[in-house]
Amino acid sequence: MSAATEPVLVIGARSDIARAIATQYARGGHPLWLAARNATGSNRDAADLALRTDAEVQSFDLDVTDLAAHDAFLTTLPSTPATVVCAVGFLGDQEADAGNIDATQMVVATNFTGPALLLEKLAARMAERPGKSAIIGISSVAGDRGRAKNYVYGSAKAGFSAYLSGLRQKYAATGLQVMTVKPGFVRTSMTDGMDLPGPLTSDPDSFAARVVKAQRAGRVVYYDLRWRVLMSIIRLLPEKIFMKTKF
Amino acid sequence: MTQETLLEGWGRWPKRRCRVERLDPTTAHEHAQALKAGAIARGMGRSYGDASMHPPLTLDALGRNRFIEFDDETGLLVAEAGVTLAEIIQTFLPKGWFPMVTPGTKFVTLGGAVAGDVHGKNHHRVGSFGDHVAWFDLLCADGKVRRCSTQSNQDLFHATIGGAGLTGHLLVVACHLKKVPSAWIRQRTLPAENLDAAIQSFEANLDATYSVAWIDCLARGDQLGRSLVLLGEHAKPEELDAKHRSDPFSVPARRKKTMPFDAPSWSLNRWSLRAFNALYYRKGSAPPLERVIDYDRYFYPLDAILRWNRLYGARGFSQYQTAIPLENARDALAEQLELIAQSGLGSFLAVLKRFGPGSPQRPLSFPIEGYTLALDFPMSSAALTLMDQLDEITVSAGGRTYLMKDSRMSQKTFEAGYRGAVDAFRALRSDIGADRMFASLMSRRLGL
Repeated sequence: MSAATEPVLVIGARSDIARAIATQYARGGHPLWLAARNATGSNRDAADLALRTDAEVQSFDLDVTDLAAHDAFLTTLPSTPATVVCAVGFLGDQEADAGNIDATQMVVATNFTGPALLLEKLAARMAERPGKSAIIGISSVAGDRGRAKNYVYGSAKAGFSAYLSGLRQKYAATGLQVMTVKPGFVRTSMTDGMDLPGPLTSDPDSFAARVVKAQRAGRVVYYDLRWRVLMSIIRLLPEKIFMKTKF
Repeated sequence: MTQETLLEGWGRWPKRRCRVERLDPTTAHEHAQALKAGAIARGMGRSYGDASMHPPLTLDALGRNRFIEFDDETGLLVAEAGVTLAEIIQTFLPKGWFPMVTPGTKFVTLGGAVAGDVHGKNHHRVGSFGDHVAWFDLLCADGKVRRCSTQSNQDLFHATIGGAGLTGHLLVVACHLKKVPSAWIRQRTLPAENLDAAIQSFEANLDATYSVAWIDCLARGDQLGRSLVLLGEHAKPEELDAKHRSDPFSVPARRKKTMPFDAPSWSLNRWSLRAFNALYYRKGSAPPLERVIDYDRYFYPLDAILRWNRLYGARGFSQYQTAIPLENARDALAEQLELIAQSGLGSFLAVLKRFGPGSPQRPLSFPIEGYTLALDFPMSSAALTLMDQLDEITVSAGGRTYLMKDSRMSQKTFEAGYRGAVDAFRALRSDIGADRMFASLMSRRLGL
């Protein structure tokens, strides 16, 4: 566990889940480094977090899909962080994206290629730090099985989950903890307009509290129990039966 | 992506399937225009009736909850309108700040507090929520965001406070917090054996910071209107017990309970209610009559039971809240209490409160100087009939009913209660095109 005075780097800091997780860490006394697109301009998220938690908050510009700019971004950080939360996510629009070259590449670059390449670089630096460090990657239950409703996004998240699993094993012998988080339905701007089933849906704050607790306990995967059960069933369905369902 | 959600107010009646989208100022009007319908913004959904729902388009403002600025010299807080009082208290009470005005729940957004011009136990001293709003940014019907205050866009400023979301979508609110010495309240209980004693008690304690009375709405005869008048002052650190003195802003966490299911309809009847009320009065009149309790228990006793609104069963309930001018208050309230006691339909949550001067510059703001009575009725046809009778007494006494609680009054009753202000509000809406862009189930019911 990293000391409470160590900064937490939040990548994709604009998302509702990122804000909620950042709030949890800041309340625990961690300074925050928020990285997002155009983050250093007028940044309401940074002002909000600083007022809400009294934490020291710094903002950094980062477009995670601009792969060539990753190195430059890393040099802007004051030091190698002990904790990194990667909450980059882009749902896209399944119907419009499927078969569309640019749109599919955008979904894959945002959910998979960008985060994977950036975390690879961060992990190498973090593993060399003395003591413990942690990467929390926000993936999705959508990656557990490709579904007609969202398989462009789902397959990118599946790739991200596999990447995190690989990183975890690679650094298993070091002090670096790589934790995969698979939110089911959390009420966020991404799920806006969806009719979400009550018992399977949580609010960002209580979800974030559970994620941070799991990280501090040294867990490697955070997955709501109800979702673990549900997705296990969905995963185990034989393809012939799954094809006919409407999950 | 079009999805419909079954929405209800806190009273759980009526329920309607509504198309719900996030309030996004850049697209809100586009969607409303495409649907050829007005929209209403919704926060925590704590108004009791139909004020925060509109089946064609309801805009969820909860995600817009960023704090923007706080001045710890003046106590002026600037925040997006989806911030709740609970978040404000969590963030600023540890530094010694508290909302100037708070209703009986902290689960209300700033937007909701402005749109309802909510009041609290200190109305007689400091007025309602709108009296402490410095300015707000309003997304108007023409798509422009206007900053409204007593200096600029005055008419819009006044009409929006208490305007039930019908003048525009509130985006950012600047309001004052007040400096408090601790998170604790020194409460004094004054038992009052009937309505006259309760009114005397209020009038004798107009200098108390907070005052409110729990009233037994089932007692009759000599005991009609018997009450426990509760006065409150912010406690100074030296008034706290030793273990809290050194850390006067921290309070013990309350375990949250959730009402897990709808209570069966037979569980509340005139006998169980009469027994409960009698017991509550006896217990409340017994010493110690003075004690120090934390802000959460004092201001928000019901917030500890999440979803307490299920207590009244699946049919829902209506909270009847009326305000009667001072000169007619005693007689009109006695008449209303007599009717309620006769009917046996009252509840255990009846509240009586002295209002200070109202705000005539705000057309739809509820408070007027006098007394306000609030109580819940489980929804039934008998309760609807009773509330119509109560309306007649209210209107003939020159009083009115609170829009944020209401789900059932007729347009005629509404117009008789708010009088000329209704036409002024309609005229303003039509002048700025708000009548085409902003609408709710309530605005349609009341012909706004």
